[in-house]
Amino acid sequence: MVAKKSIKFIKFLVLFLVSFNGFANGDKNPQGNTIDTPDEIKEYISHHLKDSHDFHLFTNNASGTHYSFPLPVIVWTSEGLKTFMSSAFHHDDAGHVIVEKGGVKLTKIHSKIYELESGATSVSFDEDHHATNAHKVLDLSITKSVFGMLLAGLLMFLGFVALARSYKKGPIPTGFGRVLEPLVIYVRDDIAKPNIGDKKYRKFMGFLLTVFFFIWILNLLGLTPLGFNVTGQIAVTVCLALFTAVIYLFSGSKDFWAHTLWMPGVPVILRPILAVIELVGFVLIKPFSLLVRLFANMTAGHFVVMSLIALMITLKQDFGPALSTGMSLVLALFISVIEILVAFLQAFIFTMLSSLFIGMAVEEHDHH
Amino acid sequence: MVAEAVLKKIKQKKLSNLYSMETLLNDFSVGLFVMQAVILLIIILLMRKFAWKPILNALDEREGGIANALKSAENAKLEMQNLQADNQRLLKEARAEREEMLKEARDMKNKIIEDAKTEANDTANKLVAQAQASIESEKKAAIADLKSQVANLSVEIAEKVVRTELSNKDKQLQLVETMLGEKSLN
Repeated sequence: MVAKKSIKFIKFLVLFLVSFNGFANGDKNPQGNTIDTPDEIKEYISHHLKDSHDFHLFTNNASGTHYSFPLPVIVWTSEGLKTFMSSAFHHDDAGHVIVEKGGVKLTKIHSKIYELESGATSVSFDEDHHATNAHKVLDLSITKSVFGMLLAGLLMFLGFVALARSYKKGPIPTGFGRVLEPLVIYVRDDIAKPNIGDKKYRKFMGFLLTVFFFIWILNLLGLTPLGFNVTGQIAVTVCLALFTAVIYLFSGSKDFWAHTLWMPGVPVILRPILAVIELVGFVLIKPFSLLVRLFANMTAGHFVVMSLIALMITLKQDFGPALSTGMSLVLALFISVIEILVAFLQAFIFTMLSSLFIGMAVEEHDHH
Repeated sequence: MVAEAVLKKIKQKKLSNLYSMETLLNDFSVGLFVMQAVILLIIILLMRKFAWKPILNALDEREGGIANALKSAENAKLEMQNLQADNQRLLKEARAEREEMLKEARDMKNKIIEDAKTEANDTANKLVAQAQASIESEKKAAIADLKSQVANLSVEIAEKVVRTELSNKDKQLQLVETMLGEKSLN
């Protein structure tokens, strides 16, 4: 069902592109130019992989109007907490529009909010396009990604609370709960139990189930033309991996620490070296592999889908509009189907590896 | 002016360094990280309390119920088998008992018949013996009676003969003679 929906969305997206001559990027094209050169496409894609402060739907290039809705900006500045709607920036993303709020001047450059130093009236840049008279502020805005997370959280909450309630009526759920229940059982029986063990898995089910469905829903949301790229934000995957790391490091058994720090059955000289390797492995490498895998997979997926959709523009001169559109449609459809699989796969792998690491940490070894 | 320069600069950037380490670090938004941590924590806590715990409990309960039901079904089956075995045993016992009872009855019948037969025989024999005895005694009495009558008659005849004969001496001698002769013939 979900797959069908996503395919529909992709079709919808393609139709969108055909009828609107491609997405517009307002701040870069104030004159209403279409995006038709490879560099512009690259720039456009990289822009859309990033988080943004307003929910951009599409832009009518002919008139230059943006169809989007603003999201609240919440920033912690030198003058304290400031809140306003992102519409105050007027879709500017290059530091042109300065918002004055209670004595601080704020501007947005590349989806980041900067505070201008006192006295400055406009942003000046150095050679590498770094602002010289402004610094980043702690940005707690409800950005598009935060909005996506809240949406995913809400969907998850509503779905599973309904499932939990349905058990009060009888032992077998009805309606959509019938779809959700096997997934819960799958996570419990095929991910948590085999890796953590029958005795200890229960304590970690809250985290594992939440993370599994959270990632999966966000990955699927990312396939819709709403253009969420939450699991492709490095900050999000860092946070998820950190949660896993904190959980397994803090629930590590005595045996785990004994084996990590002073490996038995190994020559004593080697033990400190092994301890360092093991520690680095558990504290850095394992969380890093988790966060990079999810981030890279999701980002690459978005990148490929968008690039394939852009084929209809880049290949228009070589093949003509009909053929390039057809090719783009077929290829984008194909990759989108794979991305639906990847959306599940990455959620599965993240949960699987998390439970594997937790299982390593809580395992009680037989003494040799 | 500045914006144009920026645009140019951006356009010069190649795809290969789109995700260089620097951009990656630059993309890391502390605010997003904080928001994600807070939201994830809240979602985990909420989901655990309102969804996962009741769901997992319900699943455990259901699975426990199914396991119990299966076990009790198995038990019922065993009990059924035991019951059937019991029934079979009882049936066998009952059959054996009936057999025995029939045998006993038959034996008793035979015995009764036997007893009756012997008793009847005994009575018959006794009756026959009694009859024989009374016949014998009757016979004896009759013979004795006959004997005495014959003796009386003989005595009377003898008396009469003697009376007549003894009147004639010759005849007396003759008689003695014949009588002696008869004796010697014996």
